[in-house]
Amino acid sequence: MGSGSSVNVQYKYSLQKSENAFKAAVLIQQWYRRHVARLEMRRRCTWRIFQSIEYACEQDQIKLHNFFSYLMDQFTPSSSKERDFISRMFVSGESYKEAELEKFCDYESIEVPDSYIGPRLSFPLLPDHATALLEAFQQKQQLHARYVLNLLHETRKHLKQLPNISHVSTCYSEEVTVCGDLHGQLDDLFLIFYKNGLPSPSKSYVFNGDFVDRGKQSLEILVILFTFLLIYPKEVHLNRGNHEDHMVNLRYGFTKEVMQKYTVHGKKILRMFQNVFCWLPLATLIDQKVLIIHGGISDTTDLDMLEKIQRDKFISVLRLKKRKESSRKPEMQAINGERESGSDAAGKEAAPRLSLQPQSAQAPSTANRLEFSRWLRQTVQEQIDTCRRLVDISESEPEELTYSSMVSLKDVDEPCWTRQQEWKQILDILWSDPMPQEGCRENKVRGGGCYFGPDVTEKFLEKYSLQFLIRSHECKQEGYEFCHNRKVLTIFSASNYYEIGSNRGAYVKLGPDLIPHFVQYQANKTAHMLTMTQRISRVEESAFRALREQLFAHTSALISAFKAYDGDNTGRITLSNWATAVESVLRLGLPWRMLRPQLVCSTKDGMLEYKSWLDELAMEQRSQEHIQSSLLEIIYRNRSNLETIFRIIDRDHSGLISFEEFQQTWKLFSSHMNIELTDDGIDDLVRSIDFNKDGNIDFNEFLEAFRLVKQCPT
Amino acid sequence: MLRRTAKCFCCNLVAEIEKKITEAFEVFDRESNKTVDVREIGCIIRSLGCFPNEAEVQELLGQIEVDELEGFVHLKNFLPVMTKVLLDKRFWPIPEDVILHAFEALDENKCGYITKEDLVKHLTENGEPFTEEEMEDMLAVALDPETNTLNYRDYRIKLVVDESKTFPFNI
Repeated sequence: MGSGSSVNVQYKYSLQKSENAFKAAVLIQQWYRRHVARLEMRRRCTWRIFQSIEYACEQDQIKLHNFFSYLMDQFTPSSSKERDFISRMFVSGESYKEAELEKFCDYESIEVPDSYIGPRLSFPLLPDHATALLEAFQQKQQLHARYVLNLLHETRKHLKQLPNISHVSTCYSEEVTVCGDLHGQLDDLFLIFYKNGLPSPSKSYVFNGDFVDRGKQSLEILVILFTFLLIYPKEVHLNRGNHEDHMVNLRYGFTKEVMQKYTVHGKKILRMFQNVFCWLPLATLIDQKVLIIHGGISDTTDLDMLEKIQRDKFISVLRLKKRKESSRKPEMQAINGERESGSDAAGKEAAPRLSLQPQSAQAPSTANRLEFSRWLRQTVQEQIDTCRRLVDISESEPEELTYSSMVSLKDVDEPCWTRQQEWKQILDILWSDPMPQEGCRENKVRGGGCYFGPDVTEKFLEKYSLQFLIRSHECKQEGYEFCHNRKVLTIFSASNYYEIGSNRGAYVKLGPDLIPHFVQYQANKTAHMLTMTQRISRVEESAFRALREQLFAHTSALISAFKAYDGDNTGRITLSNWATAVESVLRLGLPWRMLRPQLVCSTKDGMLEYKSWLDELAMEQRSQEHIQSSLLEIIYRNRSNLETIFRIIDRDHSGLISFEEFQQTWKLFSSHMNIELTDDGIDDLVRSIDFNKDGNIDFNEFLEAFRLVKQCPT
Repeated sequence: MLRRTAKCFCCNLVAEIEKKITEAFEVFDRESNKTVDVREIGCIIRSLGCFPNEAEVQELLGQIEVDELEGFVHLKNFLPVMTKVLLDKRFWPIPEDVILHAFEALDENKCGYITKEDLVKHLTENGEPFTEEEMEDMLAVALDPETNTLNYRDYRIKLVVDESKTFPFNI
């Protein structure tokens, strides 16, 4: 053993050590990467959950329309009360004629008390008004109803002069900033202005629709956007989105928000908004090269037609389901707002004279049910026609129109488009989504618009010599996303849309070179401070809560599905069958095997005791313990639809409906959905949720009782 | 060959494994056309419960046909390879004590923690080096901001995924 060998030992030792260190590093890296991959999987699954539930909700809207169709076809009311009730459901109310609008929604008579400390607007608006509003809203103040109405009147006047497609040029203001959906999230708008600067003669903005619904500050956003629109008409451009539509607002929160904030004048304000929405331009074109629309395009999108349509005729773009062929007379097209008195085109039967009130005087006695139900069907049909006329939804098959009927509606020198075709143009640009596959097909998920493929985009861009499209309408995790070979850009500006940490918002800036530059953000301090793991956990928790609610809402159907796999009635099924069964019931297209560990806690030998699993789910949801769980399930499953129906019934937007109306609604709905519930059952329900005040039901309270307590953002 | 026997446990197992692999694959399938970007393959394999290192991922990819031009992998090529991986129980999870020893190997003074500098040096220069992003992400969660050290016992407890008990038949 000389010095040589000790060097050897030392050398071997350090070699060993570095080998060990190497191996250790590899192990740690390996282990860590696995952790990250798992997180990534969880993140994507969570995203899928939210999206599938969101789209399933939109599909609910279709079910709602089916309900109305069902009413027309099937229901025979058994009392005059019920008859009145149904007709009330379908009478939409006042017309939209301009003079009447001005009179009904007048603001001048509204006094502003001295005690009011909020901003006072005077017209024409100045930049100071805008800053005053921004400050006021930051301090959670509310703009007085008088000024809201005044602003809306002025906005309407301005919008009426604008063409359907706004033209923007980057040579005037060097850059144009395009923002996507905001959905009532005022914090995001503030953040955009903070990072990018306020609109000004040197700062142009395009806001691409969906300013309202879901978030709680839709009103404030609209006030701010309209204010800037009036102050800087050359620099600020607004596109209509699919949520700028009163039918959609009934369901997704804007109607409710306005009524809660403006208890006295809310109805007027809503009526004005309804009208202003339909005057919003449909698209924006930058330098004749970049088209900005809210949803997308279809293979029939025609910019020439879009430019010439009378866009204000389309107050709501949603349409009711096509009626069954059997007993319907062909629908007449009518010009919005005017009462048709049985004008008939060649070959059509005269439409009955219409009025807006239920014709109670002429009702046959309820004793003769057959006659009565025929009368009812006719009356209800008339009311629906009226209703449709007022919202200008046409139902005819295009092929059924005769030349003369078209001529009777339009001036002779105008092109012979049908109302149907015009409507489709608007529907497509507001509701369509891009898809990776080629072609163009109906967007059944949303119930409107198309899925359009890269070939459709290519053809369209070529036809109109455009470079690319900018659209919004879909939430994207990074706030923006390219598709169709970078020819379609989706820009989405509502951050944390599903939950805090779920996604970033973004806006895009275009200079004369038309190369997009993106800025992303997330409007919540908490989100910044969370680590990736925590962010994912939080969003995940929220997603799974929503998913468990969905599962609960389908308890009965799930039990049937599970039982099909449990022939021997052991009460247990394999986890594999669990996954298949759940997908067959919920149809959300989710990776259930990946999600299973989060949904099913305890298994035995790879088998699940499904009854107790469902009971566990029920335990979580039971906010009202004394209500029968099957009833609870029904309410959960149909909550959105119920809410929409309530809002339609509640025509004065008071949030209150009478006890009878509630009973009626429930009865109608349950008969349509084949739900068995006796009158006693309804009484029990009402009694147990002690909300009956003076015979009126605050349905907001009713629905709140069944809403999950959402985690409060800190 | 196994498939000839109808309704045997093995067949059901294979079918189940295939379903799970397909599900995981489809989560990363952006265009809904049964293809994923080749760079996501590692992620997919790991999310199915495996713990391969980078070299092993590359080796697997070698067995799968990859579209060179576009850089994507088709489900039909991925499925058989991955099914075999799961059936053979390859890339079994790293047991807790092994990870602990790995950290201890980097902890020269055996004091229970590693300094930020040492950690960065080891993991970005040694083994299968972390990218800057990976290192930052790990430090964000793992590091105690006050002492700028990583207490690896605590950290390991935070992250341990106790799937080794039922892997890979946790279907």
